[in-house]
Amino acid sequence: MTTEAHVQHPNYVKVWAILVALLVVSLVGSMSHIRVVLLIAAFGVALVKAYLVAKNFMHVNVEKRWVPYLLIMCLLFIAILFAGVAPDVMQRSGLNWNKNPASQPAQTGATPAVKNE
Amino acid sequence: MSATAKPIANTRSATGIPTARLITWWVIASEIVIFGGLLASYVMHRISHPEWAESASHTLTWAGAFNTFVLLTSSLCAVLAHQAADAHNGPKAAKFLRLTSLGGLIFLCVKAYEWTIDIREGFVLSSGGFWSFYYTLAGLHGLHVLAGMIIMLIVAADAAKNRELQRVECIGLYWHFVDIVWIFLFPLLYIAR
Amino acid sequence: MSTEVQHAEPGFFRKYLWSTDHKIIAMQYLFTGMAMAMIGGYFAYVFRMQLGFPNQYVPGYGIVTPGRYNALVTMHGSIMIFWVAMPVLIAAFGNFLIPLMLGCDDMAFPRINRLSYQIFLLSVLVLLSSFLVKGGPFGGAWTSYPPLSASGAYNLTPIGATLWLLAVALEFVAFLLGGINFTVTTMNSRAPGMKMYDIPILIWMIILANVIFMASVGPLIAGAVMLLFDQTMSTGFFDPTRGGDPLLWQHLFWFFGHPEVYVVLLPAMGIVAEIIAVFSRKKIFGYKTVLYTAWAVGFLSFVVWAHHQFVAGIDPRMANIFSVTTLLISVPVTEMVFLYIATLYGGSIHLDTPMLWALAFIAEFMIGGVTGIFLGSSGTDIYLHDTYFLIAHFHYTFVPIAIIAVFAGLTYWYPKMFGRMLNETLGKIHFWGTVIPFNVIFIPLFITGIAGDQRRVYDYAQFAEQSRPALQHLRTTSTIALLVMLSFQFVFLFNFVWSLRSGKSAGANPWRSTTLEWTVPSPPPHGNFAVLPTVYRGPYEYGVPGRADDFFPQDIPD
Repeated sequence: MTTEAHVQHPNYVKVWAILVALLVVSLVGSMSHIRVVLLIAAFGVALVKAYLVAKNFMHVNVEKRWVPYLLIMCLLFIAILFAGVAPDVMQRSGLNWNKNPASQPAQTGATPAVKNE
Repeated sequence: MSATAKPIANTRSATGIPTARLITWWVIASEIVIFGGLLASYVMHRISHPEWAESASHTLTWAGAFNTFVLLTSSLCAVLAHQAADAHNGPKAAKFLRLTSLGGLIFLCVKAYEWTIDIREGFVLSSGGFWSFYYTLAGLHGLHVLAGMIIMLIVAADAAKNRELQRVECIGLYWHFVDIVWIFLFPLLYIAR
Repeated sequence: MSTEVQHAEPGFFRKYLWSTDHKIIAMQYLFTGMAMAMIGGYFAYVFRMQLGFPNQYVPGYGIVTPGRYNALVTMHGSIMIFWVAMPVLIAAFGNFLIPLMLGCDDMAFPRINRLSYQIFLLSVLVLLSSFLVKGGPFGGAWTSYPPLSASGAYNLTPIGATLWLLAVALEFVAFLLGGINFTVTTMNSRAPGMKMYDIPILIWMIILANVIFMASVGPLIAGAVMLLFDQTMSTGFFDPTRGGDPLLWQHLFWFFGHPEVYVVLLPAMGIVAEIIAVFSRKKIFGYKTVLYTAWAVGFLSFVVWAHHQFVAGIDPRMANIFSVTTLLISVPVTEMVFLYIATLYGGSIHLDTPMLWALAFIAEFMIGGVTGIFLGSSGTDIYLHDTYFLIAHFHYTFVPIAIIAVFAGLTYWYPKMFGRMLNETLGKIHFWGTVIPFNVIFIPLFITGIAGDQRRVYDYAQFAEQSRPALQHLRTTSTIALLVMLSFQFVFLFNFVWSLRSGKSAGANPWRSTTLEWTVPSPPPHGNFAVLPTVYRGPYEYGVPGRADDFFPQDIPD
């Protein structure tokens, strides 16, 4: 079965070269000691690379519109997950409590001698 | 029903997208939430455990960087395979798909070597919070690389005979997704200190 | 036109066990689901006997020890949700009906379809194997919270715990594969002329359920991998002594767990929609509104999950937010029920057995819905959480979904599936013998729940502050009602099997319905349509003026 070409093919090698250059940028930036530079080098570059791959390799921009909307919706659900869970998992202490790791394993409630076969 | 006869249902396209590509997008959507869930869990812990930075400094950044390069190059091969398939050149598409698979193999070999070094230094799955996430994230990703490689070789075998060329783009889409996941894993596991 | 080339008649294996035909795969899911329902129902019998007659020998089982009790309730819950409700409502009805109702010859990817059942069957076998291992099946509740579920020293069923987790993971993979296949088929493989709003509501609901499932299960798959490693590889993802957080599991679980209930609710409501249209001889009131409210339910279902965790120690500010969203989601669901009632209003009601089940669904589900209000408000939930009030609430939602709507669908589509009519008298006996005892089981449990009876406790006598012998008569009443309800299921089984051979011959369209599955022979042949149909109108054209018949099938030209 033959494909009907639904995309224009850009110069893929050029895109690849840009991606590799960005990889080098992120490596160089990661050696910086300035936090902002480090974060942009790491994650800003990652976002740009991901966008370039999605646009030029996956041709998301010429797909039917609902396709990128579906993918973004999935990302949105992960953001909702993060927003709902982070207040619990990321906080180490509150008004009246501390999340101190227990120094010993908790005592079990059941008497270990009870056999359950 | 014979094994290769396709139902009419497979050939219709009310949306305008061929069924093979349509199902690929849905697979990618479901994988976004799987990796997203694991990544979100990791990010929450990583931010709230600044002491993990010490563990994180032991990951082999050069291996991660080289693997990023390998995956980017293999993605290039995958999309060149798509271009060849669009030009109805099955054997050329197959060649590029096999090169992509080779890239996946190199990725996994480098990872195996990298993990050997890590394990020899005493960092295993149960070595603590950071390492548990590190091996789980990279391991889940690696499984997807492996699965992608196998499917790619199967698609290449058909493509070499000019058969089922529409699948070349589809496996390519999956591979680019796996590449994008790694694009985010690399800074999260190897760079961020 | 069909791609079918003349080929030799396949042997038994290829035809029934290795088939790619969506109708056979549907039957595989249906019969597997029904078998699992018998196992899940048996477990309910055993633990209700323990609760109604504490520490007495249970006929057909033995003495229920505390550990066994935990395993029984865990298995009952897991089986009913993952191995009965989902396979029957989504996989069986979806597989059978989607290609037929859409006017095509099979699913878009028949071999993926076959693979999804095989993975599902593997998950069943893995789960059943856990009954045979040392320690027995998992006893940490279907919600599997760590550290109980992560540590064999706590749950006393270490092998069962891992097998359960693997079985659930396999089931998820099976439903991801199957669901994506359904979605692609519905999007692409429709008959010419069938626009988006000509698709029957049941199909929309199944597709929406699949999308909700797909979008919500990912984080739980991630969590399951983490829990598996905690169980087997000494990691500490959920271990607070090792820097992990047990609340993370709860969130990952319920982020899926709440959308999951709508994953099973929506197909059930879809079945009810199809039936009430046919048996009121009237189109669905507000087809588009039904769709929009269903989409609203689908989206909102992703932002309510922590109402299952109000007393687990979550941030109270989040509890406020989740209370609001939880009460909000009752609005579109109620709207859907109102639209169904509006459909019935002014219709020509025929009280055949499928219609009885559909009406019972609406009534019983509404009871479940209103009792949810008290649980969704964090204040009252502090008292009611994990009491029998909660158990009664979710059975008033789950039983309509997994039992009432399933019987509605089975009694309605049985003629299409098997070419015979079920016996109406037996059907009505089975109906009343199920619905009335169902209420007698759970209304006493609302009362004991408000009085403070906690769930997952095998014997209150062991816990002084929980022991309320004065309420025992309510618990015993509930158990006896269950025995009655279970006995009436044999009426259904007999009817089902007997009618296969001796039921009245059905014909293509015994219910005089408009949708496409009723235009083919009963049962439909391989390939479904001798001539693939074209669609000219929506799916519920009943009572069209100027026509001799009171229904106007979708595939007849104007």
